[in-house]
Amino acid sequence: MSAAREPYVGRRVKRTEDPRLIRGLAHYVDDLRFADLLHVSIVRSMYAHARIVSLDLAAARSAAGVVDVVTVEDLDRARIGDVPCAASMAGMKTPAHRPLARGKVRFVGEPVAAIVATSAYAARDAVDLVSFEFDPLDAAVDLEKALAPGSPLVHEELGTNKAFEWSVASGDLDAVFKSAAKVLTQRIVHQRLIPCPMEPRGCVAQYLPGERQLTLWTSTQIPHLVRTALAAVLGLAENRVRVVAPEVGGGFGAKLNFYAEEILLSVLAMRLGPRPVKWIATRREDFAATIHGRGQLGMIEGAADAEGRLLGIRYRSIQDLGAYPQLLAPAIPTLTGLMLPGCYKVGAMRMDLTGVYTNKMSTDAYRGAGRPEATYQIERLIDLVADELKLDPVEVRRRNFPAASEFPFKTASGLTYDSGDYRRAMDKALALAGYEKLRAEQQSARLEGRLLGVGVSSYVEICALGPSAALAAGGWESATVRIEPSGKVTVLTGASPHGQGQETSFAQLAADFLGTDLDDVIVKHGDTAEVQYGIGTFGSRATAVGGTALWHALGRVVEKAKRLAAHLLGAASAEAVGFEGGVFVANGKTLTLAELATAAHHAKSLPEGFEPGLQATYAFEPKNFTFPFGTHVCVVEVDRNTGDVRIVRYVAVDDCGRVLNPLLVDGQVHGGIVQALGQALFEEAVYDEGGQLVTGTFMDYALPRAHDCPRFETDRTETPTDVNPLGVKGVGEAGTIGATPAIVNAVVDALEPFGVRHVDMPLRPEKIWRLIQAGGKA
Amino acid sequence: MIPAPFDYAAPRTIDQALAALAEGGEGTKPLAGGQSLIPVLKLRLGSAERLLDLGRIPELRAIRADGDPLVFGAAATHAAIEDSAAVRAACPLFSEVAGRIGDRQIRNRGTLGGSLAHADPAADWPAAVLALEAVLVARGPGKVARSIAAREFFRGLMSTALAPGELLVEVRVRRPGAGGTAYQKVRQSASGFAIAGVAVVLEYGADRVCKRAGVGVTGVADRPYAALAVEKALTGRRLDEATLAAAAALVVEGVKDPLSDLHASGEYRLHLARVHGERALRRAAGLAPA
Ligand SMILES: Cc1cc2nc3c(=O)[nH]c(=O)nc-3n(C[C@H](O)[C@H](O)[C@H](O)COP(=O)(O)OP(=O)(O)OC[C@H]3O[C@@H](n4cnc5c(N)ncnc54)[C@H](O)[C@@H]3O)c2cc1C
Repeated sequence: MSAAREPYVGRRVKRTEDPRLIRGLAHYVDDLRFADLLHVSIVRSMYAHARIVSLDLAAARSAAGVVDVVTVEDLDRARIGDVPCAASMAGMKTPAHRPLARGKVRFVGEPVAAIVATSAYAARDAVDLVSFEFDPLDAAVDLEKALAPGSPLVHEELGTNKAFEWSVASGDLDAVFKSAAKVLTQRIVHQRLIPCPMEPRGCVAQYLPGERQLTLWTSTQIPHLVRTALAAVLGLAENRVRVVAPEVGGGFGAKLNFYAEEILLSVLAMRLGPRPVKWIATRREDFAATIHGRGQLGMIEGAADAEGRLLGIRYRSIQDLGAYPQLLAPAIPTLTGLMLPGCYKVGAMRMDLTGVYTNKMSTDAYRGAGRPEATYQIERLIDLVADELKLDPVEVRRRNFPAASEFPFKTASGLTYDSGDYRRAMDKALALAGYEKLRAEQQSARLEGRLLGVGVSSYVEICALGPSAALAAGGWESATVRIEPSGKVTVLTGASPHGQGQETSFAQLAADFLGTDLDDVIVKHGDTAEVQYGIGTFGSRATAVGGTALWHALGRVVEKAKRLAAHLLGAASAEAVGFEGGVFVANGKTLTLAELATAAHHAKSLPEGFEPGLQATYAFEPKNFTFPFGTHVCVVEVDRNTGDVRIVRYVAVDDCGRVLNPLLVDGQVHGGIVQALGQALFEEAVYDEGGQLVTGTFMDYALPRAHDCPRFETDRTETPTDVNPLGVKGVGEAGTIGATPAIVNAVVDALEPFGVRHVDMPLRPEKIWRLIQAGGKA
Repeated sequence: MIPAPFDYAAPRTIDQALAALAEGGEGTKPLAGGQSLIPVLKLRLGSAERLLDLGRIPELRAIRADGDPLVFGAAATHAAIEDSAAVRAACPLFSEVAGRIGDRQIRNRGTLGGSLAHADPAADWPAAVLALEAVLVARGPGKVARSIAAREFFRGLMSTALAPGELLVEVRVRRPGAGGTAYQKVRQSASGFAIAGVAVVLEYGADRVCKRAGVGVTGVADRPYAALAVEKALTGRRLDEATLAAAAALVVEGVKDPLSDLHASGEYRLHLARVHGERALRRAAGLAPA
């Protein structure tokens, strides 16, 4: 090992994952090859809400190539459990969620039966041979109507569509509102979104009756949690279940879940083992039956003093849960509550949340998960305050930020923000954007009749989920470092990266720590038979929690290695051994890591009590969340004739703590902003009054394209955290959280001459055109 | 997504294709680029017993842009048209329209004839052939070629003048005279199809007096149409700002039931057609954007 090379950490190291992804050599579930594979097609409901009168499967059963057909009766007979919700709230009414519908269907796309055949074609053709008789019922679609008396009930046995109520409050809100100089109220819609990862969901299951071993290959962000849940639902011993997340083509939260199909495929594998069974969602199935995001409707009220200081916030909201509470659904809007005060010193707050069942696909975590909602409305509220008091929105933010010296900062919602310097990040963003100049340009543009708008959004978000107290299944993460006999390094992480780039950043960490080349390190994940138990990748946690576990495991391994080195080099103790650039030094003698690893494995001469081999495992439990922050500035021009929005500039200054690989951080920020741009401008899962999904394909659901995106001007500040020794915070969701309000604030700002104070997303051109028409007349 | 089973045949000549069509009847469908037909089959919104792939018939793919009229084989792809330097020189409107369809992958497969035969009310080509008063050449079994004026071709929502068993084989476009052309399109944010698309051909000389005006509109009504009122308001007139603005106001004249959906209401579509109609007219007339 050559000595003084520049550390990998901190460098723009290209992703080692990319060559295989770009060249089409990666193995997603659909790329895995199995002998004797059977194919599954799922019969799904075309109705939002209907009683199943009869279901005739005879023709399907006898169709050429069909091997098996199952309905809920088969699941009942085999005592298969419900699709679980792991985030039940106090007093929550939880319906039975059978993997196949029983008696009634409750959303378009709900699985009704599964057909197994010798080819995917035969399975799909057999679906058309199923004849149903359904008795259609009125559907509960609109959130407020679903809560009103007389609404159709998604689950009659619950007697109501209201699933739960939840509140978080602090301070004397009534007094604050009474004494406030200004009270601002705005109804806010956080529209339903469809996550659309590039790879749809899919799984292969195989049961080996001899070995009594079930393996599920599934496109998931949480293989270990899926394994635990699957074993419980199937009534199998957990150690007989193996879950593998192969290459996963994006998740965004949609695969932070445990789905009916994962259960179904496993059940089918157990009926048909040892033949494996496979199901890959069509894009249409993914639209209809993979969780949706957001779906919150709320009324935000802010009390401010005459100088624009925010005194209190009240938020009443309804969370659309869809037909069934999926894995974490009820907990998502509680994150909105916790982050409600945003980056501001607010004396009093209260959020009252109602979860409601509707005849739609379930909602759950989608990139940002509850925090984009919080940031969006507080950032809109700040702009409303500025507008009301005729203050610059930037000045209102400045007046409400806690000072850097006030950290750790306790929020009105009971959190403790670890570290921050909000003013610095905002000043940097404003300088980069040339804010004063932009305002001047806006003035002159207005004189020419052009609608230029400048929007600012300052966000803080909650990351590195999380202390175990906050998560049902635990919030720690694990890592193993194994130095192979040859000195090559294998890292096993309990996290489950699927696009974030930790195969690269974790290798950077390990290579620096051990003094090896990047290429000497391999980072393995996703296979529960290979990797020690872990929690998974979500909530921008993998680096802050999993990376820290790795850092500790690396420390352990080196500590152990030093003990052996001391023994072999004749040093008095491990403390007397130096380790630099992959070489152990003591007594003027040296040993390379590879030599030492060989010695540890051959075990010819070991110190007293030394365990042969060279590996260590660590599970890291964080003491707090981390709270990344930043300010985004967006400049838009609105076409006054058509309502078209063009993003002219986009500036983002993000602070995610210490940066291990700036290239990865930029990638996360860019991707996050693009997803936010999608929500702000285009995306909306639209169900009609009957509960049909109108935006059921890419012909109607618009994702942002390259030509919709501006050039991103990014920079950062680096405020370390003491929550973990790496000083990292997390950046997987920041862009999505920070960007939507920047874009909407910019458009509202552009429309100011027409008296517009708020526009609900998505900012469809027609909506804006109508506001211009209305305002123009006023 | 998997379509219901179908047979596949790839004739090598137009005659073979016509014979197969005649023999197969209703259930036999020509397959051009498959960019509309295959999704329909995959979503099982339609079915076919047999697909006749037109992609292996060389004369259907040919583009002849050296003479007048320009002649496009029905199975010429959007991309081939977009990329042809000869087309760009002789009929820039065709190049412009081709380049605005979907994305490059779609354009690599989708064909001029497929698009016209499919007659999606929001497709781009119809606007161009209407504006250029192209001639669509069809052939049926045993019969000689039949010429259909573009303006007679679109008969209703996704319905055309093609008879069952007939193939569209050629599109003939007269070279526009001196002047200018333009296509303005508002893309539906998801599909990329036109919410409103206006294709304009203006023939005029140094005196800026309009000798001929052709205006085709798509995305607005149940079928693409020629905006005759606009053409009339321009022909023989000097192409100044006021004339163009007045003419643009007539782009949607006669449209009673504009298309309306999630992406754009009828009222907004009509408005967009007027705004973009004016922009297209100004561009074709060589005036700066308003
Ligand atoms: C994602 C996507 C985006 C798109 N965006 C746009 C857009 O922005 N603008 C636009 O205009 N179009 C768009 N399209 C449509 C595309 O441009 C194709 O032109 C169109 O689908 C039809 O052409 P095709 O060659 O694919 O025809 P096919 O799909 O093969 O056939 C369409 C129909 O025409 C019939 N047919 C085909 N050829 C003939 C013939 N010679 N004679 C008689 N009948 C025939 C077929 O039987 C079938 O019924 C898009 C398509 C997709 C999938």
